Amino acid sequence: MASVTIEQVRKQYGAVPVIHGVSMDIEDGEFVTLVGPSGCGKSTLLRMLAGLEDISAGEIRIGGRLVNDVAPKERDIAMVFQSYALYPHMTVAENMGFALKLKGEGKVAIEKRVREAADILALGPLLDRLPKQLSGGQRQRVAMGRAIVRHPQVFLFDEPLSNLDAKLRVTMRAEIKDLHQRLKTTTVYVTHDQIEAMTMADRIVVMRGGKVEQIGKPLELYDRPANTFVATFIGSPAMNLFDGAIADGQFVTNDGVWLPMPADYRGAMAEVYGIRPEHLTIAENGAPATVVVVEPTGSETHVLVKLGSADANLVLRDRVDLQPGQPVHVAPNLPKLHLFSAQGTRVN
Amino acid sequence: MTLQQPALPATAVATRPAWHRDRGRLFQEIGMLAPAVALLTIFLIVPFLLSFWTAMTNQPLVPRPTPVRFIGFTNFLRIFKDDLFWTSLWNVSRFTFWILPVQCGLAFATALLLHQKLPFRNFFRGLFFLPAITSMVVVCVIWGTLFQYPTGPLNQVIGFLSGGRIQPIDWLGDPNWAMFSIVLLSAWQAYGFQMIVYLAGLQGIPDELYDAARIDGANAFQRFWHVTMPGLRPTHVFVLVITTIQAFKLYTQVAILTQGGPKSSTETVVHYMVRTGFEEQKLGYASAVSVILFVIVLIIALVQRQLLRRFDV
Repeated sequence: MASVTIEQVRKQYGAVPVIHGVSMDIEDGEFVTLVGPSGCGKSTLLRMLAGLEDISAGEIRIGGRLVNDVAPKERDIAMVFQSYALYPHMTVAENMGFALKLKGEGKVAIEKRVREAADILALGPLLDRLPKQLSGGQRQRVAMGRAIVRHPQVFLFDEPLSNLDAKLRVTMRAEIKDLHQRLKTTTVYVTHDQIEAMTMADRIVVMRGGKVEQIGKPLELYDRPANTFVATFIGSPAMNLFDGAIADGQFVTNDGVWLPMPADYRGAMAEVYGIRPEHLTIAENGAPATVVVVEPTGSETHVLVKLGSADANLVLRDRVDLQPGQPVHVAPNLPKLHLFSAQGTRVN
Repeated sequence: MTLQQPALPATAVATRPAWHRDRGRLFQEIGMLAPAVALLTIFLIVPFLLSFWTAMTNQPLVPRPTPVRFIGFTNFLRIFKDDLFWTSLWNVSRFTFWILPVQCGLAFATALLLHQKLPFRNFFRGLFFLPAITSMVVVCVIWGTLFQYPTGPLNQVIGFLSGGRIQPIDWLGDPNWAMFSIVLLSAWQAYGFQMIVYLAGLQGIPDELYDAARIDGANAFQRFWHVTMPGLRPTHVFVLVITTIQAFKLYTQVAILTQGGPKSSTETVVHYMVRTGFEEQKLGYASAVSVILFVIVLIIALVQRQLLRRFDV
């Protein structure tokens, strides 16, 4: 196990910069997810950490050791790929033991380590099979087995669950989390799925356009997003944002809809009013809206309404009898209000 | 308000007999298949069966007043007793033995090189593929000039490099060198195709496998040995089998440059077949040779199928 320090790391492909001076500290044994939309640079950053991509500028340290020019095999890391990257001509056991074989470990030692890893991941009965004879979930587990068999200082996961179906993804999510809790190995996990990031990580790094937007614990990011990007990226359905301005102690949207403000608000001028769907409720004294779509999910009901010309999502815990086109009134839970400047920075 | 179901169409569909629908569909399917079946029959199946039939007759190239007779396996027995047939089979086997490592090796090496992220690699891919799309006749004219004895460019270069110690070689006139010369120009002309097949094979190996191997600690050679080579197994089998089949059908180079000589050292099965069929006008006999060649190629194709199946292609 080791800490990881990334300091002002930059990456350029020719004249095109893709990572713009990213810095973060990952503590020993911590589970950190890098999350962001496609093309935000999260996988590139992970590959730079692995040594698969050169660093244009900055420093990367693993366990305090500068690894900028250290080959991947010398970094004492293991990586799990999106496509699993299992060697198709090798059995599960050979795949898992390949790194040890290259290291020159003896046959008995390799077998022992492979057996240990197989026991942890319940891969025992599959050891003699080829990857093509395994299901997606089993392949994913073999890829993890190949990683843990080496007892690395850091695990790197590059969107490992993207190729699995929704149900299996939930199961594997729990397995990876459980594995981390048992092994306590420092883990950097890349995903574009914010649910994965929220449920698995000790801390989340939200990235956009090669920059870090916010670093924090999952609920910190959820409760106090630093900007509108994080606010809309974390949470599903996304936070409702309304453009407008404060006037007479209330917030007036560009459509002229009046939304309440906390009476004691003395913060900077807010021009974006944000409220999460579960913090917007149907209330007699709320702003007038019209129901567009009602989606009952069983445990809750998702309602899309028109507030002026803007769309607003509501997540209601109770079952409601609403019809499309029905006029309603919606009101925010004011203590849960998020206010942002015109540039999208949090102001409350 | 209640909606009236339009009863008539539903009833009509339900009461339409199943055999009627099936027959309509059958006619439709036959109609769709007919053009392809007709073309395949006329241009592939009939000529193929005719060659079998002709092989068992004394059919001449130019019709004679005497009727064509069925002579059973006589042509085959005569072929097996003909030393020149065995010489041609031996020559073509020799050619195959040499062309496989030279042509496939060259193609593999070039593909590996052009798979790297080198500048102008697309230009070089096109350049190296150029001989493959050049007519064999043109290639033969070019190489015929290069091979000229004793003052051809190839002999001059060898003479210059060896400081005159190596005497000019009669590339196409010396029985010891003629087949080697044919191998050389054939490999040069055709390796571009195999190179493209190898390039496709290399591009089919996921980059993530190389990344995984690098993280597992594999050096460049180990990555080549443990990722590239296993990943190319089906490609190797395909290339080897295709090259072997092509090699057994060697004809054009021999017909243009050596006509099977000197001293039958470059006589091949196809050249032998064409000569007996068109020069000696023994069409039945030539057909029997073609049937034997077909059996040889069929055996190679069956072996290919088995190998490909083993590699799960």
